[in-house]
Amino acid sequence: MLADKDRIFTNLYGFHDAGLKGALSRGAWDGTKFFIDKGHDWIINEVKASGLRGRGGAGFPTGLKWSFMPKADPRPSYLVINADESEPGSCKDREILRHDAHLLVEGALLASFAMRAHVCYIYVRGEYIREREALQRAIAEAYAAKYIGKNNIHGWDFECYVHHGAGAYICGEETAMLESLEGKKGQPRLKPPFPANVGLYGAPTTVNNVESIAVVPDILRRGAAWFSAIGKPNNTGTKLFQISGHVNKPCVVEEEMGIPLQELIEKHAGGVRGGWGNLLAVIPGGSSVPLVPAEQCNGLTMDFDALMKVKSGLGTAAVIVMDKSTDVVKAIARISYFYKHESCGQCTPCREGTGWMWRVLERMAEGHAEKSEIDRLLDVTKQVEGHTICALGDAAAWPVQGLIRHFRGEIERRIDDYHGGHKVAAE
Amino acid sequence: MAVRRLHPDQPASFTFTPENLAWAKAKIGDYPPGKEASAVIPILWRVQEQIGGYITEPSIRAVADMLGMAYIRVYEVATFYTMFQLAPVGKTAHVQVCGTTPCMLRGARDLVAKCKSRIAHEPHELSKDGQFSWEEVECLGSCANAPLVQIGSDTYEDLTPDLLDKVLDGFAKGTPPPPGSQIGRRVSCPEGGQTTLTDKSLYDGSGRGAWAKRFAGDPLLVEVAPAPSAPPPAAAMPLNVAAAAAMANAGLVPELEARAAGGKPMSKGELDSLRLATVPGPVPGSALAAAQSGAGTGGEARLATSSAGGHAFGAPPLLKAPRGGKGDDLKLIWGVAEKLETRMNELGIWHFDQIAAWSAEHVSWFESEMPGFKGRIERDKWLEQCTKLATGWRPDNSAGEKPKG
Repeated sequence: MLADKDRIFTNLYGFHDAGLKGALSRGAWDGTKFFIDKGHDWIINEVKASGLRGRGGAGFPTGLKWSFMPKADPRPSYLVINADESEPGSCKDREILRHDAHLLVEGALLASFAMRAHVCYIYVRGEYIREREALQRAIAEAYAAKYIGKNNIHGWDFECYVHHGAGAYICGEETAMLESLEGKKGQPRLKPPFPANVGLYGAPTTVNNVESIAVVPDILRRGAAWFSAIGKPNNTGTKLFQISGHVNKPCVVEEEMGIPLQELIEKHAGGVRGGWGNLLAVIPGGSSVPLVPAEQCNGLTMDFDALMKVKSGLGTAAVIVMDKSTDVVKAIARISYFYKHESCGQCTPCREGTGWMWRVLERMAEGHAEKSEIDRLLDVTKQVEGHTICALGDAAAWPVQGLIRHFRGEIERRIDDYHGGHKVAAE
Repeated sequence: MAVRRLHPDQPASFTFTPENLAWAKAKIGDYPPGKEASAVIPILWRVQEQIGGYITEPSIRAVADMLGMAYIRVYEVATFYTMFQLAPVGKTAHVQVCGTTPCMLRGARDLVAKCKSRIAHEPHELSKDGQFSWEEVECLGSCANAPLVQIGSDTYEDLTPDLLDKVLDGFAKGTPPPPGSQIGRRVSCPEGGQTTLTDKSLYDGSGRGAWAKRFAGDPLLVEVAPAPSAPPPAAAMPLNVAAAAAMANAGLVPELEARAAGGKPMSKGELDSLRLATVPGPVPGSALAAAQSGAGTGGEARLATSSAGGHAFGAPPLLKAPRGGKGDDLKLIWGVAEKLETRMNELGIWHFDQIAAWSAEHVSWFESEMPGFKGRIERDKWLEQCTKLATGWRPDNSAGEKPKG
């Protein structure tokens, strides 16, 4: 278990002052000027050496992403921070925004400096109104203390603005977010060109998750070696885990990468309802990753590589726990409904496919289907996956594939029951 | 995706309140010149609050006019983003029940059933007294506090049908309960007490400056000197307008008074004028801005020639400075906001009578100076407006009088 002194988000639950004074006492805005004096490349190299992988779900190395930004470009560069936390199961950025926002603002300054950007937009999801206000307060305090803004004490002119959405999951996709920031519908753009070349207002842009940015100041303070010593090789550092569903004490907690799933749930979330033996399945990384059945959860560790091996993913580390009382087909059908609702409507396979998958799953939850339809459903998920501009199509397909992979027997049983029941009724 | 259309009954008009108008104009300042459309979501949000919970068709037109966007573009935004309501909602509370899987696992279906029986059978349907409405929404991003509802700006978490009843009773009586967990939990901390963050040394400030040990001997460290153990006294540092505006907007009034007014209380008028102070726009005079304004060779150079009198072909008579040291309030022209006014001043346009005297050639010169502007002078009847304004007449609304027809 991670020691308290190695935790980054020390005000995770807001027991302490979230304002500037409190943040300073917990070590924020400490040494910032020195790190900026060390230069752009030093920061990027330090972040690269730390092994930090993006905390928004895809796990792309953060330092590497920054190094894609052009070094001498006549256009302005932008940093856009993705606080559009909407992946079902995820609720970590919320705590950073309302309780540790100064770490985010400080990280935004350091990251912007590293990639030679003078302007940062933080895109907060529409539902997070109080969280947005808290962030705005922190930014105002930083302006007032001359930590950011024009001619600030750190010597790098930096403007930080809060922007917000109005309830569209798809705006968490980086190019949809840029479209939304430009005042349009959030419909993703084709890549390439990638945002590092053509992003916000046609200028070089990097989009990073809140947690990825907020851990940067502490990586620089304590050193890449400290961060990379936590966790496992290629899966380093600390991570905010969010545990929801059928556990005794749902919570958000900062732990080391690669912590065993069982330890995570039993230490912090009070265990699975009815005990570990009552576990049916876990969705380990937010709604878009395939579920992992109980028998594969023994000894499973929570990191990118281990979860990839069981054909799932770490995603945002949002652990949704389902015990044996769960109607697993209905639970996945509800996820399919979510994707149907949130599809932006741009690509046909996703717009039509998400609704189709949802309707079939709703029937299968009742057993009102044919067994041949299971394979047809699987086939449709394969036709959606990889055939859309953005990854929402994939995200809609994977949970269904996971369900069929692990619970085909359950679906078939329901179909048998339904038909059996009807035959009896007809006689 | 969801099919969403405007309500069949629409009011005749929409006018911004002066407060919201000023707020909207300040918000536009967060984005680079020419990118006013970026402010559409924040402004529509404000409009929804002003109307009382939903967006109307005339308000969509008003926002489009303000931002120089086509009506259809704003309509697209209003119908795409599901937090924009398109029909009237309950006057006291519009209850958004999260129904997505993590909430469903913890009983969200029972909350939906409660809403159906207590408020109205269908989502978006008003209760009999018109005070309540509800809808099922997708993930509210508070899954460790599931199930929950959002009412207005706040969430009510860890609910059961009975607890939801209590929350709604509170709203009906005008005394809503404190937001957050309804079972006494502290945010997303595990119920019954935290399992982490119990080390007291994290909170006594002893960690500050520890980072410097790692860099012992680094020549840069000498310049930094010992890390301050406490923040520099805020009052000692000068406060610029942007910082004051940001503080005023964030509601940090006592801090602001301590800094800007030497501890004296500030009047509402003073605070309001601070709130409106424009925060400096992103990278003014940058190469991007120049490229966007079509100059190609750099905005500064072009500005220098046009304000020095060497005008481009077709330019109207321009002034190096306003007559009598003070220009007219060009924002009174319908369709002109702060950014545009600044730009016009930079070009040498300060007075209504200057615009009133423009020829067609002058109009097309001005439009060539303002990319994406074509047709707006004619559409918004600037020449007519300015002729009227030059006589000393003033509109009722600080955004100007909307031209008829």
